[in-house]
Amino acid sequence: MAEEGYSPAGKRRLHGIFIAYVFGVIAFLLLLGWAERMGLSRHWIGPVFLFVTVMAYAAIGIWGRTTDPEEYYVAGRRIPPMYNGMAAAADWMSAASFLSLAGALYLQGFSGSQGQVGGLAYLLGWTGGFCLVAMLIAPQLRAMGLYTVPDFFLVRYGGRWPRRIAALSAVLCSFTYLVAQIYGVGLIASRLTGVQFEIGIMLGLGGVLLCSFLGGMRAITWTQVAQYVVLLLAFLIPVSWLAYKQLGNPLAPLVYGTQLEKIGDLEDALRASPAEREVAALYLRRAQDYEARLRDVDAALAAERESRQERLRLLRHGNAEVGELMAASRELAALPANAEDARARWSRAMREDYERARPLAGLPPHLQAFAGDPDGSPAEREAFDVSRRNFLALMFCLMVGTAGLPHLLTRYYTVPSVAAARNSVAWSLFFITLLYISAPALAVLVKFEVMQNLVGIRFDALPGWITQWTRLDPSLLAIEDINGDGVLQFGEIRLGADMIMLATPELGGLPYVVSGLVAAGGLAAALSTADGLLLTISNALVRDMALQEIRRVPSPEQRVILTKFVLLGVAMLAAFAAALKSAEILSLVTASFSLAASAFVPAMVLGIFWRGASRAGAVAGMLAGLGTTLYYMLVHAPMLRGWLGLAGHGALWWDIQPGLAGVFGVPVGLLVTWLASQVGPRDR
Amino acid sequence: MVNQPPPGHWLLRAVLLLVWGSVSFGVCYNARALQFSVAGWPFGYWMAAQGALLVFIAVVVIYAVVLNRAERKAQARAA
Repeated sequence: MAEEGYSPAGKRRLHGIFIAYVFGVIAFLLLLGWAERMGLSRHWIGPVFLFVTVMAYAAIGIWGRTTDPEEYYVAGRRIPPMYNGMAAAADWMSAASFLSLAGALYLQGFSGSQGQVGGLAYLLGWTGGFCLVAMLIAPQLRAMGLYTVPDFFLVRYGGRWPRRIAALSAVLCSFTYLVAQIYGVGLIASRLTGVQFEIGIMLGLGGVLLCSFLGGMRAITWTQVAQYVVLLLAFLIPVSWLAYKQLGNPLAPLVYGTQLEKIGDLEDALRASPAEREVAALYLRRAQDYEARLRDVDAALAAERESRQERLRLLRHGNAEVGELMAASRELAALPANAEDARARWSRAMREDYERARPLAGLPPHLQAFAGDPDGSPAEREAFDVSRRNFLALMFCLMVGTAGLPHLLTRYYTVPSVAAARNSVAWSLFFITLLYISAPALAVLVKFEVMQNLVGIRFDALPGWITQWTRLDPSLLAIEDINGDGVLQFGEIRLGADMIMLATPELGGLPYVVSGLVAAGGLAAALSTADGLLLTISNALVRDMALQEIRRVPSPEQRVILTKFVLLGVAMLAAFAAALKSAEILSLVTASFSLAASAFVPAMVLGIFWRGASRAGAVAGMLAGLGTTLYYMLVHAPMLRGWLGLAGHGALWWDIQPGLAGVFGVPVGLLVTWLASQVGPRDR
Repeated sequence: MVNQPPPGHWLLRAVLLLVWGSVSFGVCYNARALQFSVAGWPFGYWMAAQGALLVFIAVVVIYAVVLNRAERKAQARAA
């Protein structure tokens, strides 16, 4: 097979452009750093970052504009493996994994709590899946010369239904993921510039559309390469700085082992500290207070309203200050409007406060794998088993889901040959690992910084950035002097997972430019993933579904134009869904991995490696796998249960959490594909 | 049928998948038993946070190198 990529001279030119771009980014950073020192206001740095980066991506998009189908769908199949690896890495790392991964590792330690597993399972799941992609899927798909992932099902199984189901699944799992990305875009853009969330979404969306609308895969590929560079710098600069500050060596992953030990000691000290215990006891009292209210919501709400009205009356009669009056009437207005609202709010507050009343404010010890104790009481043994089972299940879903996510697999269609596809997967994993290996290091270094230097500060001497962030968004960072001793305790800090990455530069005392860079990195991560997903969805809708149904076959150019307009529509729809700001969105990311795993992987792997797999088998297997996963997730979704009028949570199978339904869907899919291929009608 | 699974290399694939499974699922299943310290690192934590990732890269690179070489040889023979 001839290598059709770029000629040696063309490759040299690419390398030259790439190196010039990297130096350009660094020079831009240095320039802004210098401007900050010269007195450029912080209010300008954020917008400058947003504007310059989005414009750079858009410029690449305009440069790569095309209506040629080969270029639009698969970038002409001549992207060198290394650059494709970089693009795949940016495509892969979403807003969630850039912003929240280090935060999740900070909050969850090794494996998370019993109710919510996580921690290192994310790290292993999001990298380990590439072994499956490399060995079982990507080279084989590349060899077939396809355009989309559902194409595989047409070529291998024939007929209409395998491809139709595949296209539907591709849209299903990509759309939930896309909404989460656009949500991230809106969050970061609004924080960088201070505009409204909805306008932030529109700003970011403009950047996405300029790339994918004009140039399809070709433009996206090179934008993603550019975005990867920003991502990598945005992650490594703060980590290396913190490591240098604490340990005298910027190579964080090599040296943070000593901090692990110290964190263990600090955790012991915090658990023994009387002030921390006092804080925990106060949280426990609050939680019990909520519990008492929840026993009779209506009466409690009435009593609460009564007491606040009474207070307002007293203040009015007592000639109180205007400020005090305002505060009291605000408190009255902040009461839940009705009993249902009160129940929801109070039970959430009760759960949170019970959690925070536990040692270390509910965080598991950083090094401890799994909750409970394998040698303890039966309850502890049970907790240990359940948390370990869920940890392994999460890892399984993420790994197998990686092997099934269409937007990732299409990336390997763009390289010149099968051998290049294998190399490219290796490059992707390398570029992803560069970041992921530093994520646990960052979590540990930040935790050390908080426990060692932040805890014990007096409230009147708090660093400026803490007050700024708490004012901006209390759900990300909140502090409260619960026990009134004027000193910050560990239990009094409430950090959101997204906050940790954003706050790292300021925690380490870096210039504000680095904070801007981190936000730009988050934006790059969200935009690059959104690009890839949008293209996947619109291709699935147009190429794999709509065009199969109409009689008159349009010319290739017409198809591309149709795809572009569907893309525009999908982007609008996703922006609309993201603007609803449903909190459920982020938890849907794990769900979309489960869906991808159970819909695609069984029929794909069996189709590649087993001649006996038949069309009937594939259809039955995909439907069964997808159905099992959807059923398990939906039957446990609180919202749906509410609609159907079912009470409680429903019994879990082997205590596996609903989002991890892929562990059931994948085996069911494999089994049904195999069985139906044996007994069903044979392919002619 | 258009798609032909690449012939041979089943042993290589099986071994690499076994390695992949044991550093991820194997190590995590036994994480509590692997808390001893190696060169200043708690072993179980190090494996999950770094070691496994490096092994994954090794698995993918070995697979790519071996198969690409075999493919080149087959092409040379055919030519």
